Amino acid sequence: MTDEATAAPPGAVKKFMYINRRAPHGGNYAQEGLEVALIGAAFDQEVSLAFIDDGVFQLKTGQDTAAAGLKNFTAAFAALGDYEVKRIYVEAESLARRGLTADDLMPLMYEDEDDDYAEKPLIEIIGKDALADLIERQDVLLNF
Amino acid sequence: MALEINGATYETDEEGYLANLSDWSAELAEAMAAQDGCEMSENHWEVVNFLREYYDEYQIAPAVRVLTKAIGKRLGKDKGNSKYLYELFPYGPAKQACKYAGLPKPTGCV
Amino acid sequence: MLLHTVNKSPFEKNSLDTCLRLSAPGSCILLIEDGVYAALAGGAFAAQLQDGMRARKLYAIDADLQARGLDPAGLIDGVEVIDYRGFVELATRCDQVQSWF
Repeated sequence: MTDEATAAPPGAVKKFMYINRRAPHGGNYAQEGLEVALIGAAFDQEVSLAFIDDGVFQLKTGQDTAAAGLKNFTAAFAALGDYEVKRIYVEAESLARRGLTADDLMPLMYEDEDDDYAEKPLIEIIGKDALADLIERQDVLLNF
Repeated sequence: MALEINGATYETDEEGYLANLSDWSAELAEAMAAQDGCEMSENHWEVVNFLREYYDEYQIAPAVRVLTKAIGKRLGKDKGNSKYLYELFPYGPAKQACKYAGLPKPTGCV
Repeated sequence: MLLHTVNKSPFEKNSLDTCLRLSAPGSCILLIEDGVYAALAGGAFAAQLQDGMRARKLYAIDADLQARGLDPAGLIDGVEVIDYRGFVELATRCDQVQSWF
């Protein structure tokens, strides 16, 4: 957790956190947030996503938008690992308030290049105090 | 904008990407390539088909770095590198191949 | 240190609640636009705000209070009422602004 160990050289990679607080299909925020996060990741920045409040519904398994006539943009969450996004934080309190557990969330994975490409879970469920601390330590915060 | 192939008209965006994914056909891909002076070889098709499968699964067109890595995993290291892909698609592998695949412009290309 | 802004009424949206949950101790919270309704002394969020203020500094924008007919005397104790100039000064003292909307 020390900044000295992880901080990038000045002017190089910045820590971007995309904060998502809206449910996936009731408006454009969620889809736009994901698109912007993918763009940030494509530019080799250190990207993490945080899901808070109704944002946790974005990661719910089994979303089928066909009958509603919507594009299921949430399929792209499974590509985040390919984009070298290494952390998706889900706030434990938001999850619990909605009666959800880790089992309700998409089993997103990434390959850890530093560990012989071992597949590792992308989602970390995190308490409010730890998340508040992480928010403090970002270079750029983007809200959706 | 629009694309005219064999008497039929297809709607595209200002950069020539198909507006409707469902308009796509193999003939259309070959016609779009021909307009760029590119003949679709088996190697071109390998990448275009890969992109269509990727889009089907993830609902996005991958950025070039992601495409390169994924091609390497699927088709081997000799194809999963930018030299090979740029030789096939000199206008940029993600952009050009996505166009022929009927996909939107890749997320992360600006 | 972060400056957190809240611009929604807590009676309609959860922005304030989430801000209080996810702002680190020592940070500043600025109520703007409909966010100022949270600070009403007799309101349902007074106790929660006061609890949050034990580790955080709370501000509200005077113009937004005036526009809504709210007298600073009717707000919970400890809220510092600032003008737009004060907002700018506050923002420059903080590393970054996080808006909860």
